[in-house]
Amino acid sequence: MTSARSTLQVEGLETYFFTKAGVVKAVDGVSFAVGRGEVMGLVGESGCGKSVTGFSIMGLVDPPGRIVGGQVLFNGENLLTASEEHMRALRGSRIAMIFQDPMMTLNPVLRIDTQMIETIRAHERIDHASARQRARDALGQVGIPSPDERLRAYPHQFSGGMRQRVAIAIALLNKPDLIIADEPTTALDVTIQGQILYEAQKLCRELGMALIWITHDLAVVAGLADKICVMYAGKIVEQGLVDDVLDHPVHPYTVGLIGSVPSHNPRGQPLAQIPGMTPSLLNLPPGCAFRTRCSRASGICEQEPRLSEPRSGHKVRCFHPCLEGHA
Amino acid sequence: MSVFIIRRLLQSIVVVAVMSLLVFFAVNVVGDPVDMLINPEADQAEIEKTMRAFGLDRPVHEQYWFFLSNAVKGDLGKSFIFGEPALKLIVERMPATLELAFAALLLAVVIALPLGIYAGLKPDSKFSKTIMAGSILGFSLPTFWVGLMMIMVFAVMLGWLPSTGRGETTSLLGIQVSFLTWDGLRHLVLPALNLSLFKMSLTIRVARAATREVVHQDYIKFAHAKGLSSRRVILVHLLKNIMIPVVTVLGLELGGLIAFSVVTETVFAWPGMGKLVIEAIQNLDRPIIVAYLMITVLMFVTINLLVDVLYSVLDPRVRLQDVKA
Ligand SMILES: Nc1ncnc2c1ncn2[C@@H]1O[C@H](COP(=O)(O)OP(=O)(O)OP(=O)(O)O)[C@@H](O)[C@H]1O
Ligand code: SF4
Ligand SMILES: [Mg+2]
Repeated sequence: MTSARSTLQVEGLETYFFTKAGVVKAVDGVSFAVGRGEVMGLVGESGCGKSVTGFSIMGLVDPPGRIVGGQVLFNGENLLTASEEHMRALRGSRIAMIFQDPMMTLNPVLRIDTQMIETIRAHERIDHASARQRARDALGQVGIPSPDERLRAYPHQFSGGMRQRVAIAIALLNKPDLIIADEPTTALDVTIQGQILYEAQKLCRELGMALIWITHDLAVVAGLADKICVMYAGKIVEQGLVDDVLDHPVHPYTVGLIGSVPSHNPRGQPLAQIPGMTPSLLNLPPGCAFRTRCSRASGICEQEPRLSEPRSGHKVRCFHPCLEGHA
Repeated sequence: MSVFIIRRLLQSIVVVAVMSLLVFFAVNVVGDPVDMLINPEADQAEIEKTMRAFGLDRPVHEQYWFFLSNAVKGDLGKSFIFGEPALKLIVERMPATLELAFAALLLAVVIALPLGIYAGLKPDSKFSKTIMAGSILGFSLPTFWVGLMMIMVFAVMLGWLPSTGRGETTSLLGIQVSFLTWDGLRHLVLPALNLSLFKMSLTIRVARAATREVVHQDYIKFAHAKGLSSRRVILVHLLKNIMIPVVTVLGLELGGLIAFSVVTETVFAWPGMGKLVIEAIQNLDRPIIVAYLMITVLMFVTINLLVDVLYSVLDPRVRLQDVKA
């Protein structure tokens, strides 16, 4: 699955923010691959660099941020060396992104139809009426009732959930090869969340899209994704097939993360929590960033752990992975 | 929407009524027009006759009532100096002032708005810093001094542009305007630039601040993520959002432009309302002063009303609130 056929292959991506206080290594050597019809979950605590990873792929990192290393291969082509005009042509057409905050992603002073039609016409010579028809269909596809009417509305006339559906519809407009969905359902209530997850998965399979689903909700990943990447302090600490990683986590951080999900704990027992706080990414010292919170830490953990593959397709970045109990 | 307009209209009427009271009494306190009106050699009987003719022998509140009931009929009294209706004199001069004010406004939009957006998009560039330094100068230098310097440089030293009067005018819908003749346009340049200087500085600052705020909004990033050209992102997504604060400030300042034109009109001998009222103040020509102030108040109120309507056109969120209200 990580062969040349991958829609997206990220290799050693490094995105740093050069702030006045120092360098923030928001993304520090991240590698993964997603293929056609495949869903990859990207999970991790707040501030670990999930969104910045998404923006790096889109080529939309704002200053003082800069991509300082690595490769982003999209259908075999390195996007980091592509011209700005070529990137513009890919964005919204071949690669789409759904942003984290649905309340802020739509322009408040433009009607929904304007914001949808311009997305089509930025990439295709197509008359206004056909573009409008396609916008209408996309709204229907994400389950927005009476789409003809809603096209003429302004964003403030939609609820948060409806706005996120509009954002998803916009992402789908040009049938992209890759969608990066940044916690698209966090703002929604559970029923709608489930509905959107189901639809996203269906569309992804039907259209052969690759989908990166960013979230900190492991339950969502369990139900939706094929693969999972667990991120901690700018690095991917564990990755593999969803079933492998969630059933047999080997990185102490992943183990802690799964232990803190309510459904994984026997009733009546307090939730296991990972002690300590997420470290600041500003001027992070070398070595394993998790060592201040890790029960398995030893002296060697002050060095940088390398990626190992204890089982085929299941990688971990740890000196003392939890391999006991399952070989 | 119509509920909103009616409510604003009622508010406006109250404002105008209160202002009429203030204006009338304030002007009454300023000076006694009798000295102006009456020939020093006149005898007591003549003085009394004149005072009766102008209603000046009545108590102040009766004079006010008299003034108000005439004002509603469109009669703001006769000029003591010209012996003609004050309203007519003001209205005759109004096109010149309005032309100057709108020319200044146009300059602010056409020149200052793009500069402000540029400074907001590229806050660290040298050009942006030059623009901002220029806007500080525009704020702090007094209008009359800049006007005099402009005359010195462009009219006296270089001889490029004329410095007094409106030049040749043509009739547009029955109103005399300068901007349609080459000579009139040349006459308009310096005073319009002079009057606009402060507004341009203000527009630059407002546009820059608004741009800096809007450019970091998620919806701008999302617009880029949709693959729109930078041109469309700036000209549609950004511009439409910054127009809300820009229109508010510029609209409210249009009234200020009309009021401030007093200085510019005096410096450039522009035959507008401002020049008329300065002369009226010097001569204590009360009806003209009162009429000028009332007309200005009326214009302020009308402009504010129009700005509010325009504002709701620009910002759909305001529209909805009105429907609910
Ligand atoms: N403009 C910026 N300047 C400096 N640092 C930044 C900037 N943007 C992001 N960062 C840093 O990059 C790191 C990663 O941020 P990112 O938004 O990717 O986190 P995230 O994993 O998406 O978190 P969340 O779950 O809260 O969305 C954060 O620690 C943040 O401090
Ligand atoms: S490398 Fe060491 S500190 Fe880091 S997770 Fe593994 S055991 Fe814990
Ligand atoms: Mg995020």
